[in-house]
Amino acid sequence: MRFTLNGRPTEVHAHPMSRLLDVLREECALTGTKEGCGEGECGACTVLVNGDPVCSCIVPVSQVDGADVVTIEGLGDDHALQHLFMNEVGAQCGICTPGMIMAAMVLQPNPSLDDVKVALAGNLCRCTGYSAIYRAIMKAKQA
Amino acid sequence: MAAVGNNVPRKDGIGKATGKARYADDLAFPGMLYGRTVRSTIAKGRVRSVKVEGDTTGLTIADHRDIPGRNVCDLIEQDQPFLVEKDVRHAAEPILLLAHESRERLNAVTVAIDYEEQKPLYDPEQSDGIFKHIDIVKGNVDRGFAEADHIIEGTYRTGHQEHVYIEPNGVIAVPENGGVAVYGSVQCPFYVIKALKSLLGANIPVRVIQTETGGGFGGKEEYPSMIAGHATILALKSGRPVKIIYDRVEDMVATTKRHPSIVRHRTGVMRDGRLVAMDVDVLLDGGAYVTLSPVVLSRGCIHAAGPYRCENVRIRGRAVATNTPPNGAFRGFGAPQTQFAVEVHMERIAEELGLDPVTVREMNALRPGDATATGQIMRDDCSALMVLDEAVRRTDFRRKREEYRGTNRAIGLSLFYHGAGFTGSGERHLNSKARLDLTERGVRIAVGSTEIGQGTRTMHAQIVADALGIPYDDVEVAQPDTSVVADSGPTVASRTCMVVGKILQECAVEMKQKLNGLAPAEYFARHGEFSVLQKYEPPDWIQWDDHTYRGDAYASYGWGCDVAEVELDRDTFEVKPIQLTAVQEFGRPIHPALARGQIEGGTAQGLGYALLERVVMRDGVMANAQLTNYVIPTTLDTPDLDVVMLENPYPGGPFGAKGLGELPMDGPAPAVVNALRHAGLDVREVPATPEILATCASR
Repeated sequence: MRFTLNGRPTEVHAHPMSRLLDVLREECALTGTKEGCGEGECGACTVLVNGDPVCSCIVPVSQVDGADVVTIEGLGDDHALQHLFMNEVGAQCGICTPGMIMAAMVLQPNPSLDDVKVALAGNLCRCTGYSAIYRAIMKAKQA
Repeated sequence: MAAVGNNVPRKDGIGKATGKARYADDLAFPGMLYGRTVRSTIAKGRVRSVKVEGDTTGLTIADHRDIPGRNVCDLIEQDQPFLVEKDVRHAAEPILLLAHESRERLNAVTVAIDYEEQKPLYDPEQSDGIFKHIDIVKGNVDRGFAEADHIIEGTYRTGHQEHVYIEPNGVIAVPENGGVAVYGSVQCPFYVIKALKSLLGANIPVRVIQTETGGGFGGKEEYPSMIAGHATILALKSGRPVKIIYDRVEDMVATTKRHPSIVRHRTGVMRDGRLVAMDVDVLLDGGAYVTLSPVVLSRGCIHAAGPYRCENVRIRGRAVATNTPPNGAFRGFGAPQTQFAVEVHMERIAEELGLDPVTVREMNALRPGDATATGQIMRDDCSALMVLDEAVRRTDFRRKREEYRGTNRAIGLSLFYHGAGFTGSGERHLNSKARLDLTERGVRIAVGSTEIGQGTRTMHAQIVADALGIPYDDVEVAQPDTSVVADSGPTVASRTCMVVGKILQECAVEMKQKLNGLAPAEYFARHGEFSVLQKYEPPDWIQWDDHTYRGDAYASYGWGCDVAEVELDRDTFEVKPIQLTAVQEFGRPIHPALARGQIEGGTAQGLGYALLERVVMRDGVMANAQLTNYVIPTTLDTPDLDVVMLENPYPGGPFGAKGLGELPMDGPAPAVVNALRHAGLDVREVPATPEILATCASR
């Protein structure tokens, strides 16, 4: 399979039915994408495929053949969302954070609080009660 | 600028936000195998035979006979085996271990286990296997009941609760120097050392390194010792590193949960609402092995009379055995169960006397100078009335209480407290240590206290920076590695700030004296490195008797009042929380944003406990062991959280800080249930799912 990964053409040799999550973490050595449940419920493994957030634990790698895949590593380490997740303490234990940030990437500028809640409804956090995550995203998305 | 009291950047913030932080499953070692645990499929019986079937090429197989030392996961008691020898006491009990370099091959192996089944016991009320019994007596309840105008009774129940840290449990055991190093997602690295020493015998060197940990909430307090033992057995047998990462189902089925409880209250009250006798019976379902049940029961019983003064109190508690996976530590540690009961009971007292819920609490709330159930005299840092008054004022509680009557809106409150640190003489027995090392640039904190999301690294660094008078950035924090850091005790019991932070503050004071006016870097350049080690000294006024359960149970308490506003659909019995106001006093926040995060997160966990999180046990094992059908609050289930942090410094804590981590867990369940009572439903249990509420409505 060939796809674009964080802007770079990439070829992988995994079994076509391998989970995209495992291919990213093991073959591509990008461990920023996390596994929380393995059944698409928690969103810790969220990555962008052609701009849409998906749970990479329930996507077979063959399904991204030819697609554009972006993981948390694709944001570099100087993205506004990353700084605000740190400054607003949107990240406590941090295991849901990469998935949360990827899910928030698709929000338009100046979202309402309800927009943010709906965008993150598939991403579970057990530490924060979500409030600090909203504060981080609302600040980052202020136009 | 002072670090304490300011929202300095988290030490671990950017690593977590960029995905660079390394959790257990992110690590790989050359030649590493994957490990798997084969578990019992019955709840009680004996193993007759175990047979591994299929292709065993390259497979490492280990059972209890491969344990070089003792087959006990050493904790409070030595009753729980790492691997079943003959007797199975609960479903999902570990029997056999497998390892292979291919995960696919490993998972394809089948194991046939033949059992002689016995009749399991699941009902704690039928159990005569008592792990721990506690009696607390104050005054004379019989005399109190004789005086009382009314006697009010009730039984309250709480279910299991699963921690759902988003990172499941996992460790890697790596053979080194004739021994083993264990890397893992753990709260208490020195607990793991204790268990490994029993497993291996004293002569095999072991060390434990905490990797970045994706949440704990008590769920990674004791169970990681078991997984570390399993990975170690496989690593020693294969001679290769072995990684065991649980998937979500295994994590939910096999690891500990919050103890289910049945709490009975019988209370004597005067017509005006004054409490004159409280008789409380606490029953906890411990599951199949002792684990931490005795201390969970202890904390539960000490908090069972709530933050109230009453001359005559009797609290009797039992933690009993059932053939279910052992229950264990979970944020709050027995107190959420017993304070749920007392707070719903207080509501029923107010209802029966025709008083409003605020008045009955105001009248009975502990004030400085009052004695608790164990006879502890409250000091000036007792803030029950302060949090109650602020919560009532801020939410306009009394007006809303009237206004919502007869509508689908309802409002309820809870008043609660939480003791910080180990109970009674526990901190003295722990004898925790902390160390500060001078470095080229500043100082390094070397303690076993773990960062599990709550902000340990950051908050400790703030305390040290200010106590030394150096910039926060010049304080680094060592990764907990038991061969390097001081044993500062377990990261539990809301003690990491108040107790370990205090020892670090004292280390910094001593170091400052030794620096004699020089900056750390300057001193280092002239004289080289040195370290300072200090031990915890509990306040000298603490008196506690473990036999009579009398005395100062905790050095200090945090105080909270939660107000829940909910909307009830009277056709479907769906409850929508609209707002939760959490007013909490915990001394002084070291890092206000982190502290707020503890309250918001703990409150959300408490809301899940109140309404959503139902563990369904079938044949002694969790039947809904998936996030698909064990539901924790999502963004859409979590209401607006209005957090108020009040200050009433505790002189024995660093910069006045008390413990905070567990306090927010105690309040939401009773506040929500009391709101549902306001809506006319006689609810006495959690989780208050629609099915339960439908039953209450027909009562």
